[in-house]
Amino acid sequence: MKVISPVAIAGAGLISSIGRNSTECLSALEMGHAGIGEISWLDTAHRQKIPVAEVKYSNAQLGEMAGCGGAGAGGAGAGGAGAGGGDAGVVSRTALLSLIAAKEALDSAAIPGWAGLRTGFVSANTVGGMDRTENFFAGFLSDAQSGRLREVNQHECGYVTEWVADQLGIRHFQTTISTACSSSANAIGFAARLIRNGILDVAVAGGTDALTKFTLNGFNALMILDPEFCKPFDNDRKGLNLGEGAGYLVLVSEKVAATLPSAPLCMLSGYANANAAYHQTASSPDGRGSWLAMTTAIDRSGLSPADIDYINLHGTGTQNNDLAEGTAIRRLFDPAYPKMSSTKSFTGHTLGASGGIEAVFSVLAVQHGIVYPNLRFRTPMTELPFIPETRFLKDQPIRHVLSNSFGFGGNCSSLVFSKAQR
Amino acid sequence: MNIYIRSTACISPQHTFDAGPKPVAPPPAAGPTVIPVEYTGTRLTCIEPEYKNLLDPKLIRRMSRIIKMGVAAATACLQEAGKQLPDAIVTGTAYGCIEDTVLFLTSLIERKEEMLQPATFIQSTHNTVGAQIALMLQCTGYNNTFVHRGFSFEHALLDAIMLLQEGEAANVLVGGLDEITDTSHALLTRFGLYRRSPVSNLALYTGRPKGTIAGEGAAFFLLTSRPERSDYARLEAVTSFYKPVDNAEVERQILSFLAANSIDRDSIDLIITGANGDYKGDAIYRHLESGIFNGKPLTPYKHLCGEYPTSAAFALWMAADRIRKGARRILIYNHYLSVHHSLFLLSAVQTP
Repeated sequence: MKVISPVAIAGAGLISSIGRNSTECLSALEMGHAGIGEISWLDTAHRQKIPVAEVKYSNAQLGEMAGCGGAGAGGAGAGGAGAGGGDAGVVSRTALLSLIAAKEALDSAAIPGWAGLRTGFVSANTVGGMDRTENFFAGFLSDAQSGRLREVNQHECGYVTEWVADQLGIRHFQTTISTACSSSANAIGFAARLIRNGILDVAVAGGTDALTKFTLNGFNALMILDPEFCKPFDNDRKGLNLGEGAGYLVLVSEKVAATLPSAPLCMLSGYANANAAYHQTASSPDGRGSWLAMTTAIDRSGLSPADIDYINLHGTGTQNNDLAEGTAIRRLFDPAYPKMSSTKSFTGHTLGASGGIEAVFSVLAVQHGIVYPNLRFRTPMTELPFIPETRFLKDQPIRHVLSNSFGFGGNCSSLVFSKAQR
Repeated sequence: MNIYIRSTACISPQHTFDAGPKPVAPPPAAGPTVIPVEYTGTRLTCIEPEYKNLLDPKLIRRMSRIIKMGVAAATACLQEAGKQLPDAIVTGTAYGCIEDTVLFLTSLIERKEEMLQPATFIQSTHNTVGAQIALMLQCTGYNNTFVHRGFSFEHALLDAIMLLQEGEAANVLVGGLDEITDTSHALLTRFGLYRRSPVSNLALYTGRPKGTIAGEGAAFFLLTSRPERSDYARLEAVTSFYKPVDNAEVERQILSFLAANSIDRDSIDLIITGANGDYKGDAIYRHLESGIFNGKPLTPYKHLCGEYPTSAAFALWMAADRIRKGARRILIYNHYLSVHHSLFLLSAVQTP
C-alpha cells in the first residue's frame, strides 16, 4: 500500500444541534449536553413522537447568522431562475447551514488573499433543497401549475453547493459529492486529492444536510429510528436519531501552509474509500466494508493500528451498523483498543453532514488533546470485547484520530487526522 | 495525459446500445455512425435494451428505470473490455433517482407520513447506481458519486483520471447518467427550459426559438492508464469552467486549454458542440463558429440525446466512437444553461 503525503488543515467550522460554531459545540461536548429533543422546526406529523437533533434556530435566524438575511439567493437556479431577490426564508435550510459552517471554517483559516488562489468548494449533501421541494410538492400534486418555482429550483444537491460557493465568492472550482452517510468524508478525501494533485491550493471541504420530512419518513419506514435518545454501541441500542448541521475543513497545499502565520490545526494523513458490496442498506455482519476503509486509511497514512489514539465512530446506534463497525474494529485492533466514542449521541446522525461534523470534532480532538464521551452507554455489546469512552477526557496524548463514515449503498470511508509536525 | 478509453456503452434515445437500423452506405470517416431516430415533441426518451440479456431478472424487477439503464450500460461496457471487475467505480448524476424520489415523496404526502414502504426511499439516494454496480460485481474498490449539476459527469471523470494518475487504480469504470420523468419534465418546462410546442429533433436548430428539448441517457466508459490496440481513443484532456462573464472569457478558456495541451487547431478534425436549439444559449457556439472555430467542421449532438445535465457523457461516447471509426482528434465544447462549461479532447490511440 502506497503511503500518501499528508495535507494541512488550516481551518474548521461547524453548526449542529449542540451549537452554532466550534466553540459552542465543544462546550456542549464537555458538558455532556446532547442536542436531541422534541421536533420544533420541522413541520411533520411525527412531532412529539420521534426525537431529532435539530439546529435550534429558525431559517430566518440562520439567514441572519449566515449574513444573508436580506440578500437572498440568486443566479444559480434551473433555467437561470435563481431563488432570487427574496428573503432567507426562501433559501433551503441545507444551504443556510452550509454557509454558516463554511464561513466559520474560512474565517478561522484566515488565509491571506485566498480569493486570488485556486480555491475550491467541495461540499456533500444527500437531501439538497428537499426541505423546500417537499413543501412545494403537496400543492404540485393536486395542480401541476401551482406553487412558487423558487421553492423547487433548489432541489438539486448541486444547487446548494453552488449557492453557497457564490455567497462565499468561490468561483474557481466547486463540486458536490453524494454517497449517502459517507458523503462528506468523501468530500474531504477528494479535496485532499485535488490539492495533492496540484489542482487546488485551498479547498473548503465537508458537507451539510437539513432535517426533512423525506429523510425522517424514510428512516422511519426502515424502522431504524430510536423512539428515545439513541444509545450507540450499547447492547440495548434501538436505532438512530436523525440530526442536521454542517461541518467543513479548510485544506491547504504545502505552499499555502508555509505562508500562514500559525501552524496548521492538524494534518489529514490518511483517507480511504471502499465499498462493502453487500446490500443496498445493510452493513455486512463481518463489517468488511468498514474494515477495508479503516485498514486502508491507516496504511495510507503510514501508520499502524497501534498508532491510533482515538476513533470517532460512525456509531449510528442501529443494531446492524454498530455490530458491523464493532466487528471490523475488533478484527483490526484486537487486543489493544484505542479510546473511541460516537458523537452521534450528541448530534444525532446528520447524514451527508456527519463526516464533515465529525471531521471537525476529530481535528479538535487532535488540536486540544481531548476525547469525547459516548452518551447514554450502559451495557456492553455481548458480541464485542470493548466499550466506548463515556467521559470527556482532557490532556490526552492524541497524535492520531480515525474518523469513520459508512453509508447506504455500502459506501464506507475513513479519514485519519494527525498532529502537525511544526 | 495518458488516459485511454478501453470500452464504452451508451443507452440513449438513439440506437447507440443495440444495433438499430444499419446505414445504407458505410459512414464516412468522422461522419455519423447511426441513422438518427426522429422524435416529435419536447422530450426524447431512451431506447432501452432487453435487460434480461444483461442482468439477473430478480434484480431487474426491483430497479427503477435509471438504475436499470445505468447498471446495464456499466455491464455492457465491462463486457466489451472483457473485464470482470474494475478497480474503481465513479458515477456522475445531477438529478439522481428522480422516479423513486417522486414516488416516496408522493406517498409520504398522500399517506400523511403514515405506513410508508421504504423501498423507494432506499433507491432514491444519489449513489444507488454506483452502489448497485458494486453490489452486482462484488466490487469493494473505490466508489464515488458526483451530483454537481452540469459538472456531475465532468467531475466523475476528473476523479477517475486522478485515480489513474495516482496509481490507485489501473482501470476505472466511470459513467454519466440522468433520467427525465413526467414530473421533472413538467417542472423543467415551467422553468422555461423546453420548447412550448412540439418540434422534430431533426429540426432542432432551425429558426430562432426559445428553449430546447428534454433528454436523458446513461453512458459508461472503462478508462485505463495503459494503451491497447483495441482502445477507442486517448482522452487527452478535460476541463470545466463556471459562469464565464462573456464570450471573450469562453474563448480565452478554450485557447488556453488547447495551448496547455500543446494542441495545434489544425490537428482537430471535428468539434462537437453542445448546441441545444435554444437560440440565446446557442449564441456562444455561433460566435465561436465565426471566430476561433472558423473553418472547422462542427457538429451538434443534442438533437440526438436531448438536453440534460450529464449529456456530455453522450458527447464523449459519440467522440470515442468516431475516433475508433477513423477521426484523429476531436474537441468537445459543451455548456449547460450557460453556467457549466466543459471541454474534452480526444485523439486516436498510438500503440507501440
